[in-house]
Amino acid sequence: MVEVWYALVAFAIAAYVVLDGYDLGAGMLHLFVAKTDDERRAVLGAIGPYWDGNEVWLLAIAGALFVAFPAVLAAAFSGMYLAMFMVLWALAFRGISIELRGQSKNELWRAFWDFVFAVASVVLVLLLGVALGNVLRGFPLDPKGMVVMPLFADFTPSPPTGLLDWYTVGIAAFAMVALARHAALFVAWKSSGDLQTRCATTARRAMPVVLALWLAAWATSLSVAHLRFRPLAIVFTLAAAGALGASFVLARRARWRAAFVASSAFLASVVFGVASATFPTVLRSIDDKSSLDATAAASSPHALAIGSLWYGFGILAVVVAFARQFRQVERDRP
Amino acid sequence: MDGALLWHRLQFAFTALFHYIFPQLTMGLAPVIVWLRLRREERLADFLTRVFAINFAFGVVTGFPMEFQFGTNWAGLARYAGDVIGQTLAMEGIFAFFLESIFLGVLLWSKPTPRQKLGASIALWVGSWLSAYFILATHAFTEHPRGYVHAGDKLALVDLSEVLFNRWALTEVAHTLVAALVTASFVLAAMGAFYTLSKRHAPEARRLLGLGTALGLATSLAVAFPTGDQQAKLVARHQEPALAAMEGRFESGAMAGITLIGQPNVPEQRLDNPIRVPGALSFLAYGTFHGDVRGLNAFPRDEWPQNIELLYYAFHLMAGIGTLMIGLMALAMLQRFRKRLEATRPLLWTLMLAFPLPYIANAAGWLTAELGRQPWVIYGVLRTRDAASTNVHSGDVLFTLIGFCGLYLMLGLFFVFLIGREIMRGPGEAAHG
Ligand code: HDD
Ligand code: HEM
Ligand code: HEM
Repeated sequence: MVEVWYALVAFAIAAYVVLDGYDLGAGMLHLFVAKTDDERRAVLGAIGPYWDGNEVWLLAIAGALFVAFPAVLAAAFSGMYLAMFMVLWALAFRGISIELRGQSKNELWRAFWDFVFAVASVVLVLLLGVALGNVLRGFPLDPKGMVVMPLFADFTPSPPTGLLDWYTVGIAAFAMVALARHAALFVAWKSSGDLQTRCATTARRAMPVVLALWLAAWATSLSVAHLRFRPLAIVFTLAAAGALGASFVLARRARWRAAFVASSAFLASVVFGVASATFPTVLRSIDDKSSLDATAAASSPHALAIGSLWYGFGILAVVVAFARQFRQVERDRP
Repeated sequence: MDGALLWHRLQFAFTALFHYIFPQLTMGLAPVIVWLRLRREERLADFLTRVFAINFAFGVVTGFPMEFQFGTNWAGLARYAGDVIGQTLAMEGIFAFFLESIFLGVLLWSKPTPRQKLGASIALWVGSWLSAYFILATHAFTEHPRGYVHAGDKLALVDLSEVLFNRWALTEVAHTLVAALVTASFVLAAMGAFYTLSKRHAPEARRLLGLGTALGLATSLAVAFPTGDQQAKLVARHQEPALAAMEGRFESGAMAGITLIGQPNVPEQRLDNPIRVPGALSFLAYGTFHGDVRGLNAFPRDEWPQNIELLYYAFHLMAGIGTLMIGLMALAMLQRFRKRLEATRPLLWTLMLAFPLPYIANAAGWLTAELGRQPWVIYGVLRTRDAASTNVHSGDVLFTLIGFCGLYLMLGLFFVFLIGREIMRGPGEAAHG
């Protein structure tokens, strides 16, 4: 049961990265790839019907942790207290800017909200990347299993530990570039003309950076995050490499939808690969001595069992409903 | 960290009360929209859907902080009770929120046929009431814990259905959903009155007024009796100190009266200037005038709610406004039957300006529930002081609390601006690009 929940959490994270990833990425990019008001509206229109639902995956992650590993939720969320609220406020600003932009035709008004939208998206990706880096690197845990740490200490991943160090910032940089490329492919698929051309250029330029940062992240994680070489982890990593290659080739042939799907497969495989390389640790402590493994952190067997029934069913229902929404919305697009 | 507890509580209270401004209209408006679509009144339904969508977006934006705060601010609670409340909180996300966001996407972004609009509106109704159900089941667990056992240093779930079908949850869902319908009716009536007074959209104005007053009278009655009455009976049975504090009673005894007016004087342990209806409290709480209602003095001090004055005033505000609203809606219905409603300008003005009343009553009701539960987070099981995160500095919480004050002030202004524009535009005109 513990394994099932571990996989469900990983699935929710992967879904969030793939889905909210493209609309966060679109937020980061749109100032650069969309120059005219029509182009900006095209970008917003492409993500418009979905971003709200995509964000719910963040709740699905928190929910899965709450059901299955409440101790992890408690330690990680309270330990990254201020960062979590920055995430919340950035989410709020993104929501407002989408809502308010179209309320006036005034150019300055729109430019202002476009800017807010972009900044909030960048901040979100960076923060979530840093948070992921922290989970991988491990937290300084006190005897009660709670996290106490400053924003930054000596900027290295070894103690004294802070939220920011070169490793966590590096993970955030990888997240940023990978999602920017992911979003460029998405917008390229959903658009035409100059906008599409600029997205194509962005995706092409981002490619070597994604590759380099991914390799760097792997190399440093080996020592910093104590990844375990499991067959499953290796399979996923190879799959990720294959998907990244495929998305590169498909993007060159301007097959945008396929390239975007391949990029999604890349991101999901990266998440699954890391998840299988860190199993069974769910809350790493920096010295690895007081780390919590999945069994120790898990809820009671009954809670896990009954929870997995409805959670699994719920996720299936969500996927079906989402597919229907997608069909209907895309069919009716002007 | 010492001193942080107060900020944790204030922040949670502020963000929850602010969040609740939006869901109450969402939940109340959703069935009204379905009703209008069933009757093929698409123009009005489309207009209300636009109001709904703006309101919904703000509910989403303010809802995320609520969910997160269980991890950030109430880590003690999450660790201790996650086994149980994790279930219902996550159910809300999986079943309700996905449903809502997906179908709102369909309504706003595709070109649905009237049938599909009806389907999506029904889904939104179901979704919003489901989210209320799950969150209230969670909340009811904190008021009246059921379906768990103690397992070492935390709780373990033993029976999910006892959590979901907790007596307290069912009562609370009924009272809260009816209260949400009250909010929607007052908003409908206010819009109707506004259009009537400004001589615009005459057919819709009449319809809005009609809907608002009819639904308003029915739900204002139902919010007091039977649902509010049932809530009070539960509190009387299971949270005696809370009932005593809500009524400002210090001494015990049968023939307990209901306080209509009076100021609790906690240092002197009495109620100043009381006007009471003798026996009424005994009757309402236990169904007989001889019901023995224990006062606060019958309980040790550390089981008293900490803020008795606020609890007392909050409860009386809720019940007082409830009574006022019944009177107002009854008057409006009377004038409607005499076909004079649209000509009675003072009454129209009153209806137009009365829409804040249910919002205030709802906020007061939440204060009553949450203050009455004190000093417990989970009644009789976990104390509030043990629920807060121990590793967060009070300065950090104060900082985020101040941040929320600023952010929500801005959000509130934007909300008023957006809703105001939509209402000024009125039914019938197409949405903008
Ligand atoms: C339009 C709003 C509204 C109105 C007019 C009323 N209520 Fe209410 N009340 C609520 C909206 C509300 C609420 C916001 O929905 C609460 C907060 C928690 C809950 O379950 O419902 C609530 C809670 C609440 C509680 C606290 C339960 C607890 O401690 O958990 C009691 C005892 C009552 N109500 C009783 C009444 C009575 C006797 C009313 C008579 C007029 C009344 N309410 C009117
Ligand atoms: C502390 C408690 C609460 C938490 C943690 C919470 C959490 C949330 C979250 C995360 C959302 C956004 C969902 C989305 O993405 O669609 C939301 C919206 C919503 N919440 Fe809450 N909420 C709380 C209190 C309440 C209460 C008391 C009710 C009703 C009785 C309620 C009803 C709703 C509804 C109907 C929505 C849909 C959006 C809207 O109405 O604007 N919530 N809530
Ligand atoms: C999911 C269910 C909920 C849980 C577990 C919960 C838990 C808590 C906690 C831990 C506190 C702070 C400590 C305390 O004072 O009790 C609190 C306070 C408060 N909550 Fe809730 N809450 C829930 C739902 C709600 C909702 C939906 C609202 C209103 C919309 C609300 C309104 C308040 C208010 C006004 C306070 C301040 C009371 C005080 O500080 O004494 N709560 N609640």
